[in-house]
Amino acid sequence: MTLFRSIFVLILLALPVHAEIAIQEVTSPGGIKAWLVEEHGIPFTALEIRFLGGTSLDAPGKRGAVNLMTALIEEGAGDLDSQGFATARDALAAEFHFSSDQDGVGVSAKFLTSNRDQAVDLLHLALTKPRFDADAVERVRGQVLSGLASDAKDPDSIGGNLLRKRAYGDHPYGTVGDGTMDSVKALSRDDIVAAFKGSVARDRIYVSAAGDITAAQLGAMLDKLLGDLPAKGAAQPGQAVLNTKAGVLRQDFPGPQTAISFYQAGIRFDDPDYFAATILNEILGGGGFSSRLMDEVREKRGLTYGIGTTLADFDHAEMLTGSVATANDNAAEAIKVIRDVWADVAKNGVTQKELDDTKTFMTGAYPLRFDGNGRIASILVGMQILGLPADYPATRNQRVEAVTLADVKRVAAKLLTPDQLVFVVVGAAKGVKATE
Amino acid sequence: MRRLGFGLALTLAAWPVWADTVSTFKLDNGMDVVVIEDHRAPVVVHMVWYKIGAADETPGHSGIAHFLEHLMFQGTKDVAPGDLSKIVAAQGGSDNAFTTLDYTAYFQRVAADRLGLVMKLESDRMHNLNLTEDDVTTERKVILDERTERTDSNPGALLSEQMAAAQYMNHPYGIPVIGWRHEMEALSRQDALDFYHANYAPNNAILVVAGDVKPDDVLALAKQYYGPIPPSDAIKPRIRPTEPPQLAERRLVLADARVAQPYVVRSYLATERNPGDQRQAAAISLLAELLGGSGTTSVLAKALQFDTQRAVYASASYDGVSVDADTFSLVVVPVPGESLADAEKAMDEVVAKFMKDGVNAADFARIKTQVMAAQIYARDNTQGLAREYGAALAVGLSVKDVQDWPDLLQSITADEVMAAAKLVLNRHNAVTGYLTTEEAAQ
Repeated sequence: MTLFRSIFVLILLALPVHAEIAIQEVTSPGGIKAWLVEEHGIPFTALEIRFLGGTSLDAPGKRGAVNLMTALIEEGAGDLDSQGFATARDALAAEFHFSSDQDGVGVSAKFLTSNRDQAVDLLHLALTKPRFDADAVERVRGQVLSGLASDAKDPDSIGGNLLRKRAYGDHPYGTVGDGTMDSVKALSRDDIVAAFKGSVARDRIYVSAAGDITAAQLGAMLDKLLGDLPAKGAAQPGQAVLNTKAGVLRQDFPGPQTAISFYQAGIRFDDPDYFAATILNEILGGGGFSSRLMDEVREKRGLTYGIGTTLADFDHAEMLTGSVATANDNAAEAIKVIRDVWADVAKNGVTQKELDDTKTFMTGAYPLRFDGNGRIASILVGMQILGLPADYPATRNQRVEAVTLADVKRVAAKLLTPDQLVFVVVGAAKGVKATE
Repeated sequence: MRRLGFGLALTLAAWPVWADTVSTFKLDNGMDVVVIEDHRAPVVVHMVWYKIGAADETPGHSGIAHFLEHLMFQGTKDVAPGDLSKIVAAQGGSDNAFTTLDYTAYFQRVAADRLGLVMKLESDRMHNLNLTEDDVTTERKVILDERTERTDSNPGALLSEQMAAAQYMNHPYGIPVIGWRHEMEALSRQDALDFYHANYAPNNAILVVAGDVKPDDVLALAKQYYGPIPPSDAIKPRIRPTEPPQLAERRLVLADARVAQPYVVRSYLATERNPGDQRQAAAISLLAELLGGSGTTSVLAKALQFDTQRAVYASASYDGVSVDADTFSLVVVPVPGESLADAEKAMDEVVAKFMKDGVNAADFARIKTQVMAAQIYARDNTQGLAREYGAALAVGLSVKDVQDWPDLLQSITADEVMAAAKLVLNRHNAVTGYLTTEEAAQ
């Protein structure tokens, strides 16, 4: 589900007493800003670039254009066709990865110190002169269509599409960025070129690097790599309005399992109560070692193998959302238990032990995210987009520790709205009545 | 107690400096300690490697090394069954274990300030394992299920098992790590405890700690937790039955209705990396890369997937990190309609042409760049690095052998690769296997 791809940005959180990630704020001679963690122990650099906008920039009637365009960036550039580009990249032992989601187009690159200039030249070629050759367009379009065909038969994808539409209506968040069969089939090369021009521009760029490169070297490299990109791209979408009216949506689907997803209003990252909300979510249904929902739905009643919730913050909206898969006969009971847990936590908050255990888990799990230069570069871009200070990793665990039981109780009462939950049910669920 | 400093002093002529900071110690009870410093993030990987694997099992007890690995999670007098993993997860960390022919290893990945906790847990089970009959009965069912799922339900795994048994006529590498089912069924609590007491001791173990730690701090913790465990006088050098000269190729056909994708695979006996003597193994590694390391540009992939489009996949592989002789393997998955006999013939023609033409200079340069890059990118992964050192030391290589390896690979000449190819690609030392559907076999 594309909608949830950028959640990593939010779950990154702090560093305790040991190593501190020394983040430098770099501005290139040409004025491009970047964050850098210098690490000269290993002779390569990981570079992460994000162009804000992503699939939400698709022009009306051109759904899927940004997604298709992104997949085609590495399929030939300048005088190199698809095979030629791949051979040139492999001969340098460089790695380029291009991706898109609802909020951005991402470029993740790794290259050796020994041939950095050549690798950057090749990446520059891809970012400035992509060919979008007809044969490559058709090959990649085929891959996208094949993905859409399997999504149409996948209960989770079906549920994701229903949830998006119900939550965000006509905002671009309301539909999947991959597009539809019809919209993707209708995309022309001109549409792809337009999507590229709208997405890849300097006015929406976030950059970071981690590895064997100095601030001065990075500055020069950024000017070479990004300096001649167009100054402006397409206008960003406006804020999305979340439809929080309670309801149950159903889509019948054959099979023994029912896929259930649910949501309610979320909380912005810059809200002073965000950390308390994060801990609350962790206790309610986080991905850690245990949670209220896992205890009640799985351990005590055996209704599922797994259930989880997430505080999802996107660039233009936020929600508290979750999902669970159950046997068809258990779907109604699972929904009831979720509502009951929601109401209980909203009314009574959590226990001191739950709070303490969750702090132990969160502060212990946080540093494990900084798993190599590539991950560090990616996290640094996320931090910049959220507007965090460069010393944030060193203070994050203290922010978690500072949350009190009263904070969580207050935020639970304010945030959790058991009467305004929306459920999306896909499957042959028994005893679940749709309300719309 | 001795301490050897490596790392920053090690300079490579052709490529930039490795900055591993690796320190080694030996505790008074004989336990080796390797500390790999990586201060990028406050994370630590803690591993204990026992120099005991499936190839060290008593005849008739196949699977006991792996069975014991499972039973090591059954707790001690202080830790209830299954709690070790729960305690690590509650700290935000992860843990696991694995058994191979040559070693058994246990590891945890946690925030660096929690190293003491995992060391306490791991040292506890080195000498305080608590096993009840019930635990053993339950867990025996788990390993039998594992065999069903991973081997018996997987025709490819069954062929590999049969081929290894044919490849090693006398050496225990012919016995599967998971064990033969009829012997697994008979493994008892006493068998597990005997294997545990005979082999799990500090003087048969290597501690590898990698991440945001200082060597002296790790040493202090290691002394505190592992130091008091007495060494065992039962640990013996690993002298295993050796192979006689192999005089005839062995050929197998495994036909199974579940096979969706038939293929032909050939394994050859190949020398392993030896302490202070890794040159030939380095040449064999490059041979594997040249012949079938890349899915697009290797000799086999280019000839069979692109130039002639007779195969959907073709590759070559070799590892070399083992106590005794390893294998070098070739595999070709033909396109639908192409027989396995024709696929094998095509594979042999490509290899014969390679033997005649020799190493293409451009290919060799690209392979060396990629091999060098892979070594560099690998150093970005602390856990992978800890595994590399742990596995090497567990098969008898030294820290120096590990650190010499990248330089050695770069120094290998095309002539050395061809000499290694002549030595390794000897059909007398080979096993050729066909995995096929039942209809095709009839």
